Amino acid sequence: MQNKITVETLNAWFGTNHALKNINLSFQENRITAIIGPSGCGKSTFIRCLNRMHEVVRGAKVSGKVLVDGKDIYERDIDPVDIRRCIGMVFQKPNPFPTMSIYDNVAAGLKLNGMKDKKILDKTVEESLKKAALWDEVKNDLNKSGVSLSGGQQQRLCIARALAVEPEIILFDEPCSALDPISTSRIEDLMIELKEKYTIVIVTHNMQQAARVSDYTAFFLYGELIEFGETNQIFKKPKEKSTEDYIVGRFG
Amino acid sequence: MKWNRRKLIDRIMSFLTAACVVVAIIPLLSILYTVTINGISAINLDFLTQLPKPEGEVGGGLGNAIQGTFIVVGIACLIGLPVGILAGVYLSEYGENRFGRMVSFVADVLAGTPSIAAGIFGYTFIVLYFGFSAIAGGAALSVLMIPIVARTTEESLRLVSGSLREASLALGIPRWKTILHIVLSTAMSGIITGALLAIARVSGETAPLLLTAFGNPYWAAGINKPISTMPVQIYTYAIAPFPDWHAKAWGGALVLIILVLILNIGVRFITRKKY
Repeated sequence: MQNKITVETLNAWFGTNHALKNINLSFQENRITAIIGPSGCGKSTFIRCLNRMHEVVRGAKVSGKVLVDGKDIYERDIDPVDIRRCIGMVFQKPNPFPTMSIYDNVAAGLKLNGMKDKKILDKTVEESLKKAALWDEVKNDLNKSGVSLSGGQQQRLCIARALAVEPEIILFDEPCSALDPISTSRIEDLMIELKEKYTIVIVTHNMQQAARVSDYTAFFLYGELIEFGETNQIFKKPKEKSTEDYIVGRFG
Repeated sequence: MKWNRRKLIDRIMSFLTAACVVVAIIPLLSILYTVTINGISAINLDFLTQLPKPEGEVGGGLGNAIQGTFIVVGIACLIGLPVGILAGVYLSEYGENRFGRMVSFVADVLAGTPSIAAGIFGYTFIVLYFGFSAIAGGAALSVLMIPIVARTTEESLRLVSGSLREASLALGIPRWKTILHIVLSTAMSGIITGALLAIARVSGETAPLLLTAFGNPYWAAGINKPISTMPVQIYTYAIAPFPDWHAKAWGGALVLIILVLILNIGVRFITRKKY
């Protein structure tokens, strides 16, 4: 198994607030890596550094390297727009584009980057919705508004939208925190299916979720990486005292 | 006891807010009522299609003024809407700096400027060099439109949630396309409201047009010539000492209100939400 992403001495700031401190971490191809930790520990900031979304926030700064297939995405001549095309992201709250139909939501990434071929668009929309396990529910309503769907369906629509631009890596930023248990379990099943083809990083507040879906787990605290290892090991035999305290619920 | 007091206060406050709504609506309804009552009798086909007749002659209308208003307001929109909307986009998307805050402040001040100042602006910078014209009128009106359009555009763009911008950026859609296709289309109804408010506001402006478009008893002769407009024609009719002309002034006011209303409804209909 190969390292898809390697993070080297990554530091991130919001203004003067040092949000991430010297993070070194690797993500393996076709595996799900979960990032856990209490609120404010920098886990969301961390995955936003992986597709250069951190710098979208005013006053945000990054230093260090993020190597994807050996190439640093923070190198000078690299356009963040290209990076975001090959590293998709699904957010905490489902955020389909409210003025677009289901079809257009999925096609948005391609259409707005110049794809006009109707056949390719149709095919991509169908395939992406199928991969996101939403096709059967919406195939007759492709022209309905994306926001007319339920919360869980909207989140799968957002996953389909991210898949449509054919990324190699998908980042999930607490994708289930706004969803009910049934929708949550559908998204979890979906992630496990998707790891066949994609490298997945998921930030989660929910430790059971990390234990259920992930192969590897990283525990963050106060902007530092405390422990990283196979999910089994982290949950059964954590090496660090603070990891154990967090997992058994002594804080966080 | 306590519960009853709370309920009483609730009732009083509800009543007060409802009363304020009524107070706010009374002048509006009274204007509509008076204008309709006084103006409806003057309106007929000739009134809408004929040129005004000289003093003392019966009949005639303000066909040329209706035509002129469309031309002048059209020119004002051609200048004012693009500049205003783009300025609003700048203020909301790129304006988090000293320059942006300064422009916002200046736009607020401009929005409150007496409209005659826009007329003086048009007179000084255009009329003195090129003479009275439809273009001068349109330019003067656009000065009034720009701050309104810019500020309402800015406000409606700010209401678009940051998570939509992020969703689009995260798909590898460049920022300018994100603004153009995602942010602007989400905020469209607010932007249109602002544009309509601005158009409605300038359609009735008289003072700036007296100094720029001037007026003309004939049909429009070109956008570089003086041109008749409804507010100015209404003004001319209203200050004359003839009862027949007064009736025409009321009729003109009613036509102007109806035109703005039709524009409002029409644009709302064309751009209504698809979902």
